[in-house]
Amino acid sequence: MSTLDKSDVEKIAFLARLGIDEQDIPEYATNLSNILDMVEQLDSVDTEGVKPMAHPLDAVQRLRADEVTEVNDRENLQEHAPETAEGLYLVPKVIE
Amino acid sequence: MQWEVVIGLEIHVQLSTKSKIFSGASTAYGAEPNTQACTVDLGLPGVLPVFNGEALKKSVMFGLAVGAQINERSVFDRKNYFYPDSPKAYQISQLYYPIVGEGHIEIDLEDGSQKRVGVTRAHMEEDAGKSLHTSFLNQTGIDLNRAGTPLLEIVSEPDMRSAKEAVAYMRKIHSIVRYLGVSDGNMQEGSFRCDANVSLRPKGQEEFGTRAELKNINSFRFVEKAINVEIERQMDILESGGTVTQETRLYDSEKNETRSMRSKEEANDYRYFPDPDLLPIVISAEEIEAIRQTLPELPDAKCERYMDELGLSEKDAKALTVDRDMADYYEKVQQAIDDAKMAANWMLGDVSAMNNKNGLEFKDCPVNADQLIGLLKRIKDNTISGKIAKEVFEAMYSGEGDADAIIDKKGLKQITDTGAIESIIDEVIANNPGQVAEFQSGKDKLIGFFVGQVMKASKGKANPGQVNQLLMQKLKK
Repeated sequence: MSTLDKSDVEKIAFLARLGIDEQDIPEYATNLSNILDMVEQLDSVDTEGVKPMAHPLDAVQRLRADEVTEVNDRENLQEHAPETAEGLYLVPKVIE
Repeated sequence: MQWEVVIGLEIHVQLSTKSKIFSGASTAYGAEPNTQACTVDLGLPGVLPVFNGEALKKSVMFGLAVGAQINERSVFDRKNYFYPDSPKAYQISQLYYPIVGEGHIEIDLEDGSQKRVGVTRAHMEEDAGKSLHTSFLNQTGIDLNRAGTPLLEIVSEPDMRSAKEAVAYMRKIHSIVRYLGVSDGNMQEGSFRCDANVSLRPKGQEEFGTRAELKNINSFRFVEKAINVEIERQMDILESGGTVTQETRLYDSEKNETRSMRSKEEANDYRYFPDPDLLPIVISAEEIEAIRQTLPELPDAKCERYMDELGLSEKDAKALTVDRDMADYYEKVQQAIDDAKMAANWMLGDVSAMNNKNGLEFKDCPVNADQLIGLLKRIKDNTISGKIAKEVFEAMYSGEGDADAIIDKKGLKQITDTGAIESIIDEVIANNPGQVAEFQSGKDKLIGFFVGQVMKASKGKANPGQVNQLLMQKLKK
């Protein structure tokens, strides 16, 4: 039985940069805990010797030849950005 | 208290592919901002990554070169974090199943001995974009040209015990990737970057101390300095009874200090999971074997060959083989003049000295191998003396043309005509009757004086061997 508490929900929301209402937290906690419970059922299966699955398709990655196929499309792409200058995308100041 | 320093390095090597790891955008350095950032690099909705096979091949080459196990099946994971230079809000990397497993290299220590340093793993990942903080008021400019550039992150075991060892390790990895041609290793352009994990523990203690991670150190010199100031900082804390905090620190080369990057702390929960957009990367044992066949001779093997086949000293062989450009240059010269020792002396002497003086790498040396061959041949065939050759070399270095042209223009051709040398000798003898008398009364050492006078009178152009011989004949009369 997994039970997430308020601080778990707040942490998950912060990591995902989601703003959530205080009043909704108990409901999220319950729903997320239920999801974990469902997944936990897998623990009852004996997986000894089973190779971890990286992808549901039983296929392998195709390799691309190392060739430049993209042309400069900056003008078009930057039309979709809220703000640009001197060819750069502008975002609120990030201080390091 | 006696402290032991423990250092492990993470080196990010930019793989020298033409296109990015998951898109067909160019990786060329120095383009106008965002002109090489396509929809995949921008992380626009609906796009899918397609993996560049060349990045795999180059990663495998590195793994084979450090004697590592190559994982026939490796998997890309998403490393989740928010930062504006990573528009997808995750970096595609390999956490659980990296392409390269455990390997090792030998590093050279200052006392001439070797030490084995373990490589824990190496994995493929994409680089982030670049943030420019200074040009805009209250805003940061983002250039995504670098986003999606293929990287190989090489993680070492915590096997190094001093800043010097860390530098030796870094140099060796640099040498190997340059030999393999898997990276240009250009540190100014960020193709070869290093993070260092540094901790201290009481000597004799098994358990590691708390470490600090020094980020993004981009030169060999700074690695040594950054680690040393960090060791001092931690030692001060521990000596005064404090505890080191596990954190990420940035090295400031201007102030020569490290400082905490607090912003990185709370985000250290990356929630890795397999990237559903990418299938497992599979490479067969046969394909790995085929790549192994393409590996060039590596620095250690080359060094040994120079000692065995060419009879060079270990010191010379090592010095010539660290840099692949230098080794290639050397082999060309050595083969052309068929004199391993002479070629080595010139390369490690005059050529290296001039390069160091001008801050140039071998690949940028203004005198190319063919030009040096041209010069050394003129020493070999007695056209010029070794001393004059130095003068010609300097002229070549400053771009005055090939050896023959310079020798001609400056009239430096050695005088080998016996008659001409004899007449100079006669003059010297006539001008120095006192010394002649002394010499003939048994002061043999004066021969040096006469040789010097003759060489001076010939402006260094007389063949020294002939001068010696003829002088003896004339003086002994």
